[in-house]
Amino acid sequence: MSETSAAKGHDGRESHGAAIELENLTKRYPGSQQPAVDNVSMEIKAGETVIFVGPSGCGKSTTLKMINRLIEPTGGRIRINGEDVTDIDPVKLRRKVGYAIQSAGLFPHMTVAQNIALVPKMIGWPKARIRARVEELLDLVGLDPGEFHGRYPRQLSGGQQQRVGVARALAADPPVLLMDEPFGAVDPITRDHLQDELIRLQHELHKTIVFVTHDFDEAIKLGDRIAVLRERSHIAQFDTPEAILTNPADDFVSGFVGAGAALKRLNLTRVRDVEMRDYPTVTVDTPLQQIFGVIRGRGMNEILLLDKRRRPYKWLRRGDLMRARGSLARAGTLVHDTVTRDATLRDALEAVLTDNAGRVAVTGRRGEYIGVVDMETLMNSVHELLEADRLEAMEAQHELEEARTQQTHLEQEGPGGVTKA
Amino acid sequence: MNFWEYLGNRHQQLLTDAYQHASAVFQCMVLATLVGVLIGVVTYRSDWAGNLATTATSTVLTIPSLAMIGLLIPVVGLGVPPTVITLTLYGLLPIVRNAIVGLRGVDPALVDAARGIGMSRPLRLLRVELPLAWPPILTGIRVSTQMLMGIAAIAAYASGPGLGNEIFRGLASLGSKNALNQVLAGTLGIIVLALLFDAAYVLIGRLTIPRGIRV
Repeated sequence: MSETSAAKGHDGRESHGAAIELENLTKRYPGSQQPAVDNVSMEIKAGETVIFVGPSGCGKSTTLKMINRLIEPTGGRIRINGEDVTDIDPVKLRRKVGYAIQSAGLFPHMTVAQNIALVPKMIGWPKARIRARVEELLDLVGLDPGEFHGRYPRQLSGGQQQRVGVARALAADPPVLLMDEPFGAVDPITRDHLQDELIRLQHELHKTIVFVTHDFDEAIKLGDRIAVLRERSHIAQFDTPEAILTNPADDFVSGFVGAGAALKRLNLTRVRDVEMRDYPTVTVDTPLQQIFGVIRGRGMNEILLLDKRRRPYKWLRRGDLMRARGSLARAGTLVHDTVTRDATLRDALEAVLTDNAGRVAVTGRRGEYIGVVDMETLMNSVHELLEADRLEAMEAQHELEEARTQQTHLEQEGPGGVTKA
Repeated sequence: MNFWEYLGNRHQQLLTDAYQHASAVFQCMVLATLVGVLIGVVTYRSDWAGNLATTATSTVLTIPSLAMIGLLIPVVGLGVPPTVITLTLYGLLPIVRNAIVGLRGVDPALVDAARGIGMSRPLRLLRVELPLAWPPILTGIRVSTQMLMGIAAIAAYASGPGLGNEIFRGLASLGSKNALNQVLAGTLGIIVLALLFDAAYVLIGRLTIPRGIRV
């Protein structure tokens, strides 16, 4: 049962999260026949982001709120890092578990800094430490501490409020972060930004995140694993996004995945994971003669002109320079759109489709050139990905069937001496 | 003697009365606020208790103040005690009602958030619910004060302190040459006091309502 507190995260790095174990968790409201949540058992690894997704009223939120006991379970156990927290003081429990909700839930009568400082204050951090922590957190969620420190929530946009909400949840550095449809009330563009931010945060922090949403695309984007829940919080499927997309367990799950699974699959892969093409490049400082040489020398029709800081600047085609009579300033077409290595293949496809020549330059952290992605590379990698997924899914299915036959076999033989695995 | 000459002659007496009037109202308001908010805090979470508190306090308000003071005299005697009891009881209704409405009006999502980040019940009440309910409570206190200003005048009937004495003296000697001046001085004095108190509440609101929720 006991997990070491510094368990290895899902990606092998040292994790700051804690494992969560739900065992036969049940919530039954008095006066209703059916339980709202019925016998949920699941194990969430330390440092993992798990998404509960399901139709409204399926009990996903109730299940989440039972983890920090905002809703007291009527049956079952909750263990965090092996410690049974089902009966400890809920106030103490909640101070160790970050909690972020829809529309942030910031207290309107407190400034941003006061909101964030609440939990550290309650657990008795010294003032100087709290002040430093508030600055650090504002910086972490991408808000300028000097500017936002003393503002009141109503002076912030929805997206900024949500960032502060996340900062408040993270204030005392809890190993676990519960998020209840946190991005449900912001506009799609802001939501997209916030999701990217959360991915970046999680990359740095490795918390154990349990995230509730009804938006399957959000689940795919954020989740290491997704639990698709049906009514009474029964788990329909609990698996990686890839597996759910390529191999939905049943009609309920595939209905929830919706159409366009192949397109959604593109959201799961980053540009860094596919093979890029290497274009011949020259910089604005390269002598003209050499540029002509490069264009003629390689078998490419086109080269990429970089600016002084090696950022993509212009596409130069054969003949462009001639037409511009050798003037680099007039030759070629400006680079309109670039993608970073962290962009999803979907973003890359979007950029490739809108580009009139069907290619897009990939840039690094400071905008410097790394490579080029075009239609051909995209098609190849998508084919490879889907093929690999399919093989993996078939394998998993095979294993599952084997396990099932074994179980049926055992059941038929009777439980003689077999304890619960 | 016209009204201004009367004021000039009696200003010593009038100022004392006005001071006592204000002081009685102020002290009773502090008492009524403490008791009223406490009743609100205790009852707002349950439907029937909240309604009971509102109904009980509004029933008190329907008793004519003169009758109330008169009924109290045999029990607690003359002077200050019946005044304080009456004023405090009358002051309760607006405060209790606004406290209950204000506390119930706090966004449940915020209470949920407060619970979720690990605030205990007393802390939640002190740091989140009461500050958010403070503007309506303050409005209640303001309304109460205005009401008590008038009711405090009746206290003179039970030999209580305040500007009511002036009014009652005038009424008792109607027809004499200073009667009208006395009544007028008492009444206007109460109005001036009420306006001063109201101005003070505006200032208190400015100082105590956090900028984030000021309208």
